[in-house]
Amino acid sequence: MISLTTGLTGVLGLAFVVLFALLLVVLRVVKEPRPGRDLRPLRAFTHLRHAVNLTVESGKRLHISVGRGEITHPRVASAFAGLSAAHKMVELSAASDRAAIVTAGTGPLGILARSTLHSAYHTAGHTGRYKAIYGQVSGLTPFSYAAGAAFTAGADDVAVNFLAGSFGPEVALIAENGERHQALTVGGSENIAAQAVLYAAAEESLIGEEVFASGAYLQAGGLHGTSLLTQDIFRWLLVVVILGGALAKLVGVLP
Amino acid sequence: MKAPVATAVAMAVGIVVLVGYFIPLSIFTGLRMLLLQWAIILAGAALFVGMVNLSQHHWARIRARRGVGSAWLVFSLWATFFITFYFAPASLPTRWLFDAILLPASVALLGVLAVSLTVAAVRLPRRRPGLFTILFLTTTVLILLGSIGIPGVGSLPFVSNLLRPWLAQVPAAAGARGILLGVALGTVATGLRILLGSDRPYSE
Repeated sequence: MISLTTGLTGVLGLAFVVLFALLLVVLRVVKEPRPGRDLRPLRAFTHLRHAVNLTVESGKRLHISVGRGEITHPRVASAFAGLSAAHKMVELSAASDRAAIVTAGTGPLGILARSTLHSAYHTAGHTGRYKAIYGQVSGLTPFSYAAGAAFTAGADDVAVNFLAGSFGPEVALIAENGERHQALTVGGSENIAAQAVLYAAAEESLIGEEVFASGAYLQAGGLHGTSLLTQDIFRWLLVVVILGGALAKLVGVLP
Repeated sequence: MKAPVATAVAMAVGIVVLVGYFIPLSIFTGLRMLLLQWAIILAGAALFVGMVNLSQHHWARIRARRGVGSAWLVFSLWATFFITFYFAPASLPTRWLFDAILLPASVALLGVLAVSLTVAAVRLPRRRPGLFTILFLTTTVLILLGSIGIPGVGSLPFVSNLLRPWLAQVPAAAGARGILLGVALGTVATGLRILLGSDRPYSE
């Protein structure tokens, strides 16, 4: 037997997601935001894009790390955002002398990293340059993953480290090693502790939902731009609901 | 044909799991649990694939005569796997591996992390000068002083009793909730992009 409150909460939750999806599709048809025009400038992405272009000229490589989010947990969403950005970045730098490397901390993310790399090289018309070894599982526990990814981040031929995924404070080891070897390090996570650590350790840090905006800022196409617009609309709606709720409680309308 | 089929399967499974999460009817929740169990089994198989991948990467380094550490890593990885597989995860040899090797190594890296973060904090004002950096570092120092006090003096009366709890419970909690709200919306948007077939990290 399902209680009325549980049922109502579930229906409301589903309605929220359906409304979000509808707005996403409608906005895709009506308006596609573009970086520089409709999106506020973010220094981290400006630097990142510039550095990705430079890797082709300098013959160096990109290192993208997507963390260790479990595939059955919502936290993995930041790794999916990282993989979308990785696809675009690898596509842009596919002509570089050295291939991009994607490191992950779980088996499923390792498989998805290889799949993303293969797809990106294929899109760029350089399918022959792809090797499965470029998508690496660098370790299977938090610190072994960080140690393995830090080793790649600090390699001499790495010019850019992009860290986007589910990390803990151990992400500081990866960022610090990249910084020490003069590679641009841009990092973001859904984890608040990792965000604080990245603010101190990385040259450019992505705060809050900025990690989810990486696809839109790197012009990964698809629904990235419109999903950012939809997020903004829902954020304002939630702000109004929270303030309205607080006000209603203050005047005694709500118990 | 491979990509459209994979996309259709991913979308259908995603929608079933989503509906099962929100609508607590036995048909949906049962299907959701079954699919999640499959996902957990597949994740286990993927873990094994990950181990093979890690070994491949380090084997290439061993062959290029660049990695004594890589040889040690491959040996340790497979030794741990076979010991755990043979004796069972809760057995004495497996527990010894974790308690005597993995745990001390992790604690050692935690020590390195503390030093790394201190170095990063010292470098921060030079690398990113500004109001937010001053605010960040001042808050960090106050929280540290409020939590551990000063050696030889002990806890500081005003900082430990009033300032640290207020900083943690009012501005920090409010900021964290704001950030989490944005993260939640970003998570929904990312999930929907995959459900709608716009993002396909699984298709080659």
